[in-house]
Amino acid sequence: MSKLDRRKFLSVATSVTSVIGGIFAITPFILSFQPSKKAKALGAAIKVDLSNLEVGSIIKVIYRGTPYYVVHRSEDMIERLKSSENDLRDPDSDLSVQPNFAKNEFRSMKPKYLVVEGVCTHLGCAPIEKFSIAPADMGPDWNGGFYCPCHGSKFDLSGRVYSGVPAPSNLRVPPHRFENDSILVVGENSGEANV
Amino acid sequence: MSEKEESIFTNPFLRWIDDRFPLSSLIKDHATEYYASKNFNIWYIFGVLSMVVLVIMILTGFFLTMNYKPSAKDAFDSVEYIMRSVEWGWLIRYMHSTGASFFFIVVYLHMFRAMLYGSYKKPRELIWILGMLLYFCLMAEAFFGYLLPWGNMSYWAGQVIVNLFGYIPFIGDTLTEWIRGDYFISDITLNRFFAFHVILLPLAIIGLVAAHILALHHVGSNNPDGIEIKEYKDDSGKPIDGVAFHPFHTSKDLVWITVFLIVYFAAVFYAPEMGGLFLEVDNFEPADPLKTPEHIVPSWYFTPYYAILRAVPNAALGAVFLVLAVLLFVFLPWLDRCPVKSIRYRGWQYKLALYVFVISFLALGYLGMQPATGVYVLLARIFTVTYFGFFLLMPFYTRYEKTKPVPERVIYKK
Repeated sequence: MSKLDRRKFLSVATSVTSVIGGIFAITPFILSFQPSKKAKALGAAIKVDLSNLEVGSIIKVIYRGTPYYVVHRSEDMIERLKSSENDLRDPDSDLSVQPNFAKNEFRSMKPKYLVVEGVCTHLGCAPIEKFSIAPADMGPDWNGGFYCPCHGSKFDLSGRVYSGVPAPSNLRVPPHRFENDSILVVGENSGEANV
Repeated sequence: MSEKEESIFTNPFLRWIDDRFPLSSLIKDHATEYYASKNFNIWYIFGVLSMVVLVIMILTGFFLTMNYKPSAKDAFDSVEYIMRSVEWGWLIRYMHSTGASFFFIVVYLHMFRAMLYGSYKKPRELIWILGMLLYFCLMAEAFFGYLLPWGNMSYWAGQVIVNLFGYIPFIGDTLTEWIRGDYFISDITLNRFFAFHVILLPLAIIGLVAAHILALHHVGSNNPDGIEIKEYKDDSGKPIDGVAFHPFHTSKDLVWITVFLIVYFAAVFYAPEMGGLFLEVDNFEPADPLKTPEHIVPSWYFTPYYAILRAVPNAALGAVFLVLAVLLFVFLPWLDRCPVKSIRYRGWQYKLALYVFVISFLALGYLGMQPATGVYVLLARIFTVTYFGFFLLMPFYTRYEKTKPVPERVIYKK
């Protein structure tokens, strides 16, 4: 090996070792940015008591800092879901996120309870409930649903997005299950009905 | 002291320093023997002014950290504490919040100057790129800083902007979780944004400013005629059309710094909220994840890009356009094919295009503050097209420009 070859070999070897060492050295710092163990523990599933939720009303709960809406839909509200179907972007929830058991027009396990993330699928604002038919601020064609005040996205009473608004897909349905008739668990699926 | 360089000092202490540190040559290279054109006009003050604002921001920011608490529980109250209880705290905080807006005002005018006189063209492409990196760092610095008061608009604007990263395919969700360090904008997010805002980005900005100025002093300043003054030198090797940065340009700058400070402090004292432009009404209540403000608007200096984001019907594509709208500036030196630098001698094509660009940028800035409905969306779409047209059609319209003859020496009216 000539002196020059030896020098070249040493330079390359040193560079390669430094790069690999650098990647190892930087890894803990990059990983430290992930959610901590405490944040993960606080992100465990929560229970919601539905016994006081009246027909036609909504409760908002916070899970992982995100608002979740639980709506107790009346027979009439369930009936209204059919009439809006033609104006929806994704009526069958093909492009949307939900557990398999909620991939239906009710977007829920039990038609009377809707559980959705209160986060607009456009840029994450909290949509506002507008359940009444044709209120003054929503216009005569409004059939009840959710309205996002940020960029004007509209959703029906199943959280399905209307066409012609910025939001690309329906409101997300989180994994959830019913422990019994009045206790809802958000953040976990029941064993058999997985995503 | 090296043999070839003479010390500029007679004071024995400074001469002692000079023998051990290149003080004389630093002063000569960057001030007393740095020659810049004598025909600078008012557009040439904004570089110095942005340095003045940087100093104001670092000093006031340093004092704010003494009383600010970067936690979700305490942040909002600690800002109120600074405003109400800390002696002169209101002044320090208003200087910082108003300074942020003035930083962008002077930087936008500084960038516009480069577009007027072709200061991004060869041999100054790298100065322009370093300047654009500074602009990106400044935008990040402003974004991180905006979350710190933990007002409701801080919270929701942070939410919207962090969620933009969620549109990156495959890694989007992991990436947003990584940025926030949590499943939502939380105490953890606030704490790390504080770290970025007070340590990493200020250091990056100071380093980039140094590189920006070193590169500038290496190739020399441009001027309103867009010609190289280095081509005509006198017997001693000084450019005939140049005057020393110090004392000539510095004394002129001092006058304009005074004027700037009058305007700046008028805003600090009499209109620190600037009708909701500098400080928004929604930010006077604490962050609330359940209560979205009526319409979320980022700070005014981001609204042109925000309007572009909302103008595109598809959200993921909107995010792509937003990034492109910011990035395209970097490529100006290569998009512009016209050999003439200054707008004084360029054809009607570039003049018209620059008018269209300025109108588009201002209009998008206005539209970004309005709700995204009806005619506002339509207008935002039109101006998005003209905004991108300015950049993407540039290689074509600048190639066939009919330019006027460029003078050999700078035009200087007494």
